[in-house]
Amino acid sequence: MPNPYLPYEAKIIERIQESPTLFTLRLRFTDPVIHKDFRFEPGQFNMLYLYGVGEVPISIVSDPQDEHMLDHTIRTVGRVTRGLAALKEGDRIGVRGPFGRGWPLAHAEQHDVVVVTGGLGCAPVVSVIHYMMRRRERFGLINIVQGVKHSSDFIWKERYDQWRKAPDTEVLVAADAGESLWPWHVGPVTGLFDDLKFDKDRVIIMMCGPEGMMRVVVKYMLAQGVDESAIWLSMERDMHCGIGHCGHCQYGGKFVCRDGPVFCYKEIVDLFGVKGF
Amino acid sequence: MSHSFYYMARDQLQALINELRARGYQCIGPQVRDGAIVYDSLADCTQLPRGISEHQSPGRYVLSENNSQRYFSWANGPQAIKPYVFAPRESLWRCEKDNTGQLRFTDLKPAPGPVAIIGVRACDLAALYIQDKHFLQEEKKDPYYLARRQKLFLVAVNCTHAADTCFCASTGDGPRASYGYDIVLSELDDGFLAHGLSDKGLELIKQLSTSPPTETQLQQADEEIQHAARRQTRRLPSRNLKQALFNNLEHPRWEEVAKRCLACGNCTSVCPTCFCHAEDEEPALDGSGSEYFRQWDSCFTQGHSYIHGITIRSTTAQRYRQWLTHKLGSWHDQYGRSGCVGCGRCITWCPVGIDITEEAAAICGENIDA
Repeated sequence: MPNPYLPYEAKIIERIQESPTLFTLRLRFTDPVIHKDFRFEPGQFNMLYLYGVGEVPISIVSDPQDEHMLDHTIRTVGRVTRGLAALKEGDRIGVRGPFGRGWPLAHAEQHDVVVVTGGLGCAPVVSVIHYMMRRRERFGLINIVQGVKHSSDFIWKERYDQWRKAPDTEVLVAADAGESLWPWHVGPVTGLFDDLKFDKDRVIIMMCGPEGMMRVVVKYMLAQGVDESAIWLSMERDMHCGIGHCGHCQYGGKFVCRDGPVFCYKEIVDLFGVKGF
Repeated sequence: MSHSFYYMARDQLQALINELRARGYQCIGPQVRDGAIVYDSLADCTQLPRGISEHQSPGRYVLSENNSQRYFSWANGPQAIKPYVFAPRESLWRCEKDNTGQLRFTDLKPAPGPVAIIGVRACDLAALYIQDKHFLQEEKKDPYYLARRQKLFLVAVNCTHAADTCFCASTGDGPRASYGYDIVLSELDDGFLAHGLSDKGLELIKQLSTSPPTETQLQQADEEIQHAARRQTRRLPSRNLKQALFNNLEHPRWEEVAKRCLACGNCTSVCPTCFCHAEDEEPALDGSGSEYFRQWDSCFTQGHSYIHGITIRSTTAQRYRQWLTHKLGSWHDQYGRSGCVGCGRCITWCPVGIDITEEAAAICGENIDA
């Protein structure tokens, strides 16, 4: 049995600067067999290892069926991510994964879907949006709601423009603080909710971002009559091992790295929003 | 069961150690070091804590000498057998980077020889069962833990003494060792009753000089175990406390215990079931490589719940609550039982004497058995 702690070497085949603090590493395992056999679901993550510095959990944003791409969009926040940001094409890192449970995509088919992201939490759901757009006919109405702190944090504008053009697809963007020429909503993302179009009995909500934002969305959706079991969220906790051993990501009886990071609201309803867990 | 017990004179314990050593086992056994009974390499019975008593109470542990000829007339010391399977610190792998920037990873999985631990108590066998469940889950087995675990031979000893801080009878985990060992011994004034559970254990006993036990000896051994259970004054309900704890997340007692708790993490270090560990990187100063290691961590530290700028549990009250609700509550969701085996170490080794049974009772209501 392979050692789940041991990374495999991967090469950076492209580095894309998405915004001043966000960048994407497109990776390829140097062992072609490993690369070919690597399978993941949108919402899962890898542990990326920077030589001499350490590991960090990063969600995979590329399409699971696109074997040429293995993309990780990373925000520069700490020691490891600052180091990763300094890498160039051709540099090598370690990768192990994929870990965790992704989005309920099979379950979401034939449903309306609302994807809500806030802050810089968009990376884990970008993969899910791509996934649905490529298989557009399998899903009902799709609403993409993105909130950012400042309009300059908004990345992938072209992608949002593209998504907006897809049939039966609503794209709503809000910035807490906008600048001139910001074409979208200024204010909290919750201000956009009344523009959403979905059938409350046939909808799947997927969200990712600050827990405060997710709490507000949950409250709104429940008030609209959406069932607890139709709401899915990606949680974030400290993770060292990725396989439910190290204990840092415990959330009540759950390990976020193994049982999540995507949870059905129903599974975590007792602790969600309780400070200290 | 009487037919499967063998009586052996006291000197046969050395014979047992010799047999194990002859089979290539490194023997580990209890011995007095720095004022406490700890596990260490054992070659000779004279190293065992013969004629030693311990006195434990919240925040206190003292050894004294008695006139007994017995080797095991004491209750567990600070150290469980946890460190022998889940190492306090170990390197997981090493990475080397060559001139072209290529990375080479080397697995540092240990290849230990066989280890025999002598003197394992019932609570620590229960804890080992729990840690097995944690580290050896079907899908992602921990290869480092597994490598050591597979090499263990366990000689258990039934407890005849209970410390004031012991409460294994109430959690159902002791004082009698009932599973998970190769050989179990019951110590008598002039020797031992031995029982082999595994084939290896049975085979070993047959190499020793034994005789069938008398009815009196069997009764005596049984009576002493029952005595150790009766001596216990502390207790936790063996039922699932999860609901009671999670219904009381805002109980004022969390703040109250936090005023006493130093958040030092002693309880998690001595706890035989706590599994948290941190992973980190140690690059060689000469640039020749970098080692990735893990070491025990504690949910009482500031760093345990830190994530990019946010500390999820910034207060001691939140950390104590995390520990207790996990240990006695959400542990049931994860492993089908409580994470507490009643060893009482967290009570004895807490520098301010916080008592888990007292805190659980205060938070879950006085009548916790109801």
